[in-house]
Amino acid sequence: MLYGFKIALRYLTASKTQTGLLIAGVGVGVFVFVFMSALIGGLAVFLVQRTVGNIAHVTIEEPARDPISLLPQSAGALVVEQRATSQRTQLRTADAFLPLIDAMPGVAATSPQIVGNGFLVRGLITAPVGVTGVETAKVSAIADIGKALVDGSTDLGNASIIIGSTLAGDLGIGVGQVVRLQSDRGVERSLVVSGIFELGVDALDARAAFVSLSSARTLFDLPQGISRIEVKLDDLNQAEAYAARIAAETGLEATPWTAGNAQLLDGLRAQASSGNLIKAFALVTIIIGVASALLLSTYRRRPEIGIMRAMGAGRGFVIFVFVTQGALIGILGGLIGAGIGYAALSPFPVPELAPPGGLPVDVRQGAYGLAISLTAIGAILASILPARAAARVDPVSVIGQ
Amino acid sequence: MSTLLEVRNLVKTYGEGEGEAETRVLKGLNLTLATGELSALLGPSGSGKSTLLSILGTLMQPTSGEHVMLGQDLTRAGDRDLTEFRNRHIGFVFQFHHLLPDFTALENVIFPAAVQAGRETAAARARGRELLVRVGLESRMDFLATKLSGGQKQRVAIARALMNQPELVLADEPTGNLDRASATQVMALIAEINQNEKTTFLISTHDEKIAETCRRRIRVADGKAE
Repeated sequence: MLYGFKIALRYLTASKTQTGLLIAGVGVGVFVFVFMSALIGGLAVFLVQRTVGNIAHVTIEEPARDPISLLPQSAGALVVEQRATSQRTQLRTADAFLPLIDAMPGVAATSPQIVGNGFLVRGLITAPVGVTGVETAKVSAIADIGKALVDGSTDLGNASIIIGSTLAGDLGIGVGQVVRLQSDRGVERSLVVSGIFELGVDALDARAAFVSLSSARTLFDLPQGISRIEVKLDDLNQAEAYAARIAAETGLEATPWTAGNAQLLDGLRAQASSGNLIKAFALVTIIIGVASALLLSTYRRRPEIGIMRAMGAGRGFVIFVFVTQGALIGILGGLIGAGIGYAALSPFPVPELAPPGGLPVDVRQGAYGLAISLTAIGAILASILPARAAARVDPVSVIGQ
Repeated sequence: MSTLLEVRNLVKTYGEGEGEAETRVLKGLNLTLATGELSALLGPSGSGKSTLLSILGTLMQPTSGEHVMLGQDLTRAGDRDLTEFRNRHIGFVFQFHHLLPDFTALENVIFPAAVQAGRETAAARARGRELLVRVGLESRMDFLATKLSGGQKQRVAIARALMNQPELVLADEPTGNLDRASATQVMALIAEINQNEKTTFLISTHDEKIAETCRRRIRVADGKAE
């Protein structure tokens, strides 16, 4: 079939303008495909990064205990005990599990935490606050507090606190000033504001505060154990798999971030579906373009096809010649379109670094291989109809033309 | 001389079963060609010459009758077998030469061999060159077909017809589109090849002068050969 390839190539190079325009058309379709892939993928990364980037990907807690059945189920009556509220749920065996979780490939960071609520008081102003006690070296392990700092530092001593910018504004305090923290356990301490952050999430900027783990133990009267472990993953899309694995290996309750963000996921899925629809239209356009161009070529070359058949070329040979043309057009158009797409997308910063208002296209998600493969397959499929039409040419009827 | 091909009671009807008026072009035609013959096929337009050539060239199946060549019954052969048979044993020369326009003279000549082998072999190129030298086109081998004159194109077509050393060459008005000088050259070439290689030629023509250069004249009239 080497000879069939030569004929196909000769036909393509014989009409350079027509072939060039056809390949350019395919290339534009592939460019649209690549651009949409990069845009939809980039938007997803951008949105997830902005909304999920500063929260834990998996949260590990002690499982809530089921109410105890006081009678056997076979007794015909169910009597249950109301869930106890007098005792806080806490992880007593965290020290045993932490090294295990830290060692898992794909786990970027872990942060054992003690959490509770309280009030920040300055003079007559009181503001409710959610307090997170963290290890001093892991202040930025989950939310990148260091990057979000607008003043001060992330150094957490036993008598310091880091608060959000809105909260600082409400209280009218700045770095170096002292504020009183009353915990919901009735413990009160004076703390120095060591840093002020602004994550851009109002719930955090207005209500979150970070203290050291030892301060939190005192504030929330928890001499042993912790409230939870937050885990950050290299790939947040793997959160559900990791949560299942951690739960299986530790027996603890591991909740992926997706469990609390169903609407965001729905939105991302809808966005991906829209993108896929546009990509499908681009592919259909390519297929129609290649099919119509090759049909035209088939019609124009009917006498030549008749001569080839008269000279002993079989129907299979004729089909091969036209399908090869389709394949070459698809592959060349695919390579050019994907190449131009890559070149056009490369100057854009990745979505994680995209400036506010910038186009969050992700050059890494151009789906170049897929675009080229689908285009080649599409072009081959598109060429089958013209190729079959060519193979059916009756030499007797066209030789006389 | 041995028999190369034989057709018996050949009937070809157009429009049969197609809802059109039936036209019977060949009406029980009988014909035998011996190896090495140089024959002219004469007859008025519409007499069935082209239809007969198409059937003998395995480009068309008869409605009924027998068609035997080189001992093979071609009447019942399938398209794949007929295509292969045509490639190996039959050459064609058409009135309008019908060269592939995007290919050089040499590429056109070696086409039947390249299709058979699936590639252009060195042996095919050597034979192609030899044939082009023989038809006087050694200086035009690498010219595109579109850059050749009418007479040159027809000589390329003759070289192409001879490429696979066929036993039979069917020529449909090979000089019909040429001036007298070119026509004479082409016929002289055909006679020389026929003489030297014993290739059988069946030449369809309206031109009595051309027919006179052939040793046998077959007249087709009213769908039968005389």
